[in-house]
Amino acid sequence: MAQKYLSDDIVGRGSKDGAALFRDWFQELTGVAEQGKGAAYVFVMGSLNEILKTFDFPVVFPEINSLQTAVRRVALDYLNEAEDYGYSPDICGYVKADVGVQLRGGEHPMGRIPKPSLAVVTNACNTYIKWAEIWERMYDVPIFTLDIPGTRSEGNQFLPGTPNFENDMKYVAAQLQELIELCEKVSGKKFDIDKFREILKHTNTMNRNWQKILEFNQKSPAVLNALTDGTIYLGVANGLRGTPEGAKFFEELAEEMEFKAMNGIGTLTEEKFRLVFVGVPCYPIFRRFNEFFTEWGGVFVHSTYLWFASGGANVGFQYDLQNPLDSLAEGVLVSVRDAMDSMFHHQAVTESFITPFNVEGVVYHPIKSCRTVSTGLADGRRHLMEKTDIPTLFIESDLMDQRVVSEAQMKNRIDAFFEGLISKQQLAADI
Amino acid sequence: MNQTDNLFSAWHDKPLDDFFVFCRDLLEDPEHPTVRRWRAAGGKVLGHFQVYFPEEIAHAAGILPLKIRGAQVQGMESESHFGSYLCSVIKTSLELALTGKVELDMFVTHPICDAARNLAAIWGRNFSYPSQILYLPQNPNSSHSITYLRDEYARLQTEIETIAGHAITADALANSVAVYNESRALMRQLYALKRDMPWKVSAEEAYCLVALAGFLPREEHNECMRAILPRLMARQTKSQDKMRVVFEGGFCEQPPLDLLQTIDRSCYLVDDDLMIGLRWITEDVSVQGDPLYNLAEAYLEKSSYSPVQHDLRKPKEKMLLERIRNAKAEVAIITAAKMCEPGLEEQVAYCKALEEADIPYFVSEFEENQTTFDHLGIQLETFVENILFS
Repeated sequence: MAQKYLSDDIVGRGSKDGAALFRDWFQELTGVAEQGKGAAYVFVMGSLNEILKTFDFPVVFPEINSLQTAVRRVALDYLNEAEDYGYSPDICGYVKADVGVQLRGGEHPMGRIPKPSLAVVTNACNTYIKWAEIWERMYDVPIFTLDIPGTRSEGNQFLPGTPNFENDMKYVAAQLQELIELCEKVSGKKFDIDKFREILKHTNTMNRNWQKILEFNQKSPAVLNALTDGTIYLGVANGLRGTPEGAKFFEELAEEMEFKAMNGIGTLTEEKFRLVFVGVPCYPIFRRFNEFFTEWGGVFVHSTYLWFASGGANVGFQYDLQNPLDSLAEGVLVSVRDAMDSMFHHQAVTESFITPFNVEGVVYHPIKSCRTVSTGLADGRRHLMEKTDIPTLFIESDLMDQRVVSEAQMKNRIDAFFEGLISKQQLAADI
Repeated sequence: MNQTDNLFSAWHDKPLDDFFVFCRDLLEDPEHPTVRRWRAAGGKVLGHFQVYFPEEIAHAAGILPLKIRGAQVQGMESESHFGSYLCSVIKTSLELALTGKVELDMFVTHPICDAARNLAAIWGRNFSYPSQILYLPQNPNSSHSITYLRDEYARLQTEIETIAGHAITADALANSVAVYNESRALMRQLYALKRDMPWKVSAEEAYCLVALAGFLPREEHNECMRAILPRLMARQTKSQDKMRVVFEGGFCEQPPLDLLQTIDRSCYLVDDDLMIGLRWITEDVSVQGDPLYNLAEAYLEKSSYSPVQHDLRKPKEKMLLERIRNAKAEVAIITAAKMCEPGLEEQVAYCKALEEADIPYFVSEFEENQTTFDHLGIQLETFVENILFS
């Protein structure tokens, strides 16, 4: 009986609390916008929340704003507005939805988005840089590009302590110092290293727990659906990075997942097939897309998205609070580089999931909007199929634009994929 | 064949028109015959994807730097390696390698765009020779970016030395910088001719001349430029009443030569960003001191602009207006390769800036495999006539 009460209390807490924190965050942003104040615009891969929150900047993630318009099924209005302004149908839908938000003075289905007072972008995605140029032109605000050199060739990642790593780290460290100087100028505040340490401590808690949470999914049944639950958690991981609320949330979430793992409690789906998702979700039909899989008992036990869209928090990097600035440089380099690896070198990452997560199928979802994630998927899939006998599915659509999402066609292919998985299981059973 | 023999000699002593026929044939030949000859003579080849690459480092190692810029081929082999929503140059570049039309000893790509950055991993999975990304700095405004790039070039040099099988000496590198300085000076002369007397060299001809540098040893290209430039200057052609235009949008995927011919019919193309990577550095690079530092400094401080570099000192639309002013152009052709994210995004800013500056512009998209130009020709002629008679 006590177990049941505990279960009622814990199971589902993460999704409920995550949604509440997310709403609070948008409410806070609405308040900032209504007071006519600005915010720091950042991206999920290398948000530098740790520095920005030291200066008390409210933080806006335009990627999250954009995907919310798709999930709430109003993206097309924003996309059309940006296309009328001159943007091509063939560019990133996130960018266009944000242009629509800006042209509407911040009007958004979750509230009002404040204007930027500065923008901090990394090179993890080249489109980040082009996107920031739009705000630079619209608002004449400072744009800071934090350049983080990525892995040069597959399997040859520079390790800490090697000369190549040190060269990259010096470059990142110098830029972070320049970013701090810019923040001091824009905010009119001096950098407070003790406050910064406190924020890093919260990020450490979040990173540590995020890594742990993902590992719990090695259990069967999986404790979370990487596609749906994972996306909710990602929102908190990014928006509340470096905050006490974020740290508390992830500690409790780890507790929930541990409880589920110990008690054999899975997702809402009766797990028949353990799948990995490679790519970016189909937000225009977010729930329905997942149902195409869960109706067959397919559960996404992992995804590359949970790695790269968390900015590499999966690495679990722990900042050295005694040496916070150098440690931030190292942590940003290690984590964001890892995020880039899970996009550009996704084949190795996907392969690394197969045995520990007992994966039975891999679903590739390249999208029109994002060449960063999508360009190498078909080739990576070919090579995965050459190296393993894991069945794969390749379906193209978009993360924003419902005009390129064909539900019926998608369902047919997904159904055929599961029929293949069932045949494979039956054949294995016959042998 | 000796490595010092010319790879492209058919043009010697031929009339100018014939020279450009040879050029065009060579440029459009996906078999890359000059590269084949180089390899047949025992030479090694480093393929580098658009836009800019410090060719001097490969040159100093005795390796032929080959600009990988796609080709007019069907993507029969590469199609299954990619999804649907991609520019053509990514697909056709891989096609050339998969079908053996170009054989390399090393491949280098750059973080110019999200698609191009993926090429290193794709190449790495499909070929046994080294494939990597050269991380050119994306924050040119950092006080540390030159030092970083110098060290990145040093890393690249070490890897090139492994391919070459020998070390690159400081003298060899200084010599290569000097060879490329001459090349840059010759290209500047060609572009000055385009600006000052565009009736002496068509857009297509100038393009062919520059593009040859992408697959010839630079000494040989310099020899060719030294021979052809005076002949162009001496050409007896008359100025026509054509509109002076700037072409923007050819920084990566290249438009077909027929598209340039179409422009030539109604306009004088007085400046452009075609093959801008070969003309990226705009001044001589110092041959004194550390050549790698000098190359890094030149990349960041003595360079042109493109949609794939964000430099706070060089807002692209302002740079375009400056290009138009310097070339005394009357109108601009603002293009982008189909599915090219940076190019398409930049188009919007370019168009707004041109509207504010009251400069007429013509917007278009192209693809390297495009084969029909009639419609474009009619649109362009109508655009020009509208301006002439307004």
